[in-house]
Amino acid sequence: MISIIDYGMGNVRSVSNAFEILGADVEIIDDPKKLTNSEAIILPGVGAFRDGMKNLEKMGFINKLKEEVIDNKKPYLGICLGLEFLADKSFEGGETDGFGWIKGEIKKIETGNDELKIPHMGWDDTIIKKNTRLLRDMKNPVFYYLHSFFLEVKKTEIEHIESICEYGKTKIISSIHKENIYAVQFHPEKSQESGLKLINNFLELIKEK
Amino acid sequence: MLKKRLIPNIILNEGNVVQSVNFKHTNVIGNAVTAVDFFNSWAIDEIIVLDVSRTRKNREKFHKIIKGLSKRCFVPLTVGGWISNIDEMKLFLKEGGDKICINTEAVKNNSLIKESSKFFGSQCIVVSIDVKKNENQEYEVFINRGKDSTGLNPIEWAKKIEKLGAGEILLTSIDKEGTKQGYDLELLKKITDNVGIPVISFGGVGKWEHFVDGINIGNADAVSAANIFHYTEHSTFNAKKFLFESKLNVRMQEFYKLPTPRRPKYDEIF
Repeated sequence: MISIIDYGMGNVRSVSNAFEILGADVEIIDDPKKLTNSEAIILPGVGAFRDGMKNLEKMGFINKLKEEVIDNKKPYLGICLGLEFLADKSFEGGETDGFGWIKGEIKKIETGNDELKIPHMGWDDTIIKKNTRLLRDMKNPVFYYLHSFFLEVKKTEIEHIESICEYGKTKIISSIHKENIYAVQFHPEKSQESGLKLINNFLELIKEK
Repeated sequence: MLKKRLIPNIILNEGNVVQSVNFKHTNVIGNAVTAVDFFNSWAIDEIIVLDVSRTRKNREKFHKIIKGLSKRCFVPLTVGGWISNIDEMKLFLKEGGDKICINTEAVKNNSLIKESSKFFGSQCIVVSIDVKKNENQEYEVFINRGKDSTGLNPIEWAKKIEKLGAGEILLTSIDKEGTKQGYDLELLKKITDNVGIPVISFGGVGKWEHFVDGINIGNADAVSAANIFHYTEHSTFNAKKFLFESKLNVRMQEFYKLPTPRRPKYDEIF
């Protein structure tokens, strides 16, 4: 069973729909205890970082996630906020601590160009930086992005970057992979064929592990 | 580079897809699931579904439809019509919606824009502006499905919407809507010149060139239409192709081999 965490921040149903259409066995959960039996963990989420962290904490997910993902090495797929939470902290809505699993900070996108609006919303070209299992078989995928903040990592984490998306002068990390942690800034569940392909790649890599 | 988006707008009245002409919704033209299935098979970039029912009597049905649609909608789904509080927004997002579109309530209660953008993030909140020329031939914002005047100037209102934190504006010209004469480009340009957030243009598309004008002349970030998609064969495919051939930066469909029974059965949904 793959668990999709519902903590009141957005598009949980969309995510489970995309997994289900690919034949995956998924369950939307709001009880951290259920992670004990999960085969893999999906943390989606659209919204504000601070509210999201608050909700996760209130529901008791923070420690349980650490136990299952960091200690038990279960495959984790973070989507949008699920990527941003990996950082040490975010500056969205005041300074807020994240999980700290990837050394870096969440900052507001600065395009340096008035024509390029915030939020970075819509379909954008994605540049693949290295051979990756998550983006396997894809050349220049176009994914759906929807965010105003982005992950900026410390030098030591640069090797984990799998793809980027250039938006004005900001180089957005669009996907990152460190050990059993996978995360994407875009929304595969909303990226039609390309997104379903990525989710299918994730399902395959869980099986292969 | 960010692609220009093509967005079909599905207008629902008491649970049926309807044709819309100057905000009068008479002709029933089908059911929403078939419409989404059809649009989703082609390279459309987003879907907007609006409930324009006169009362909240069939609201449960609308919720059920959104839940059903989202099962087969793998592009962003924006839900609007009659939304007046954070709780119902949460419910729609839970049912599979990705963005929330507000209009009348946003005008009556500006703080809803602020609160919802703060809670869900700016990118989740689309504020819809319905504009019509008043007796003095000035652009004015109308609410309650185009019925009630507000005295608001659309440019000032758009700026305020941005300031309050909304992520996007859906701009509709009531005068042009359903007329097939093309967007109100003058109005569109006025809005896009004055706000930094993306603007979706809606109302009046009668041929594919109108989309191109909306982008090239009106400077829209996304172009939307309703009726033309229902009444034209292979509509979204041909529209996208037209935009592509007009050298606009649009997304073309990618295809991969996926091990899926791609379409859930109709009775699995309802």
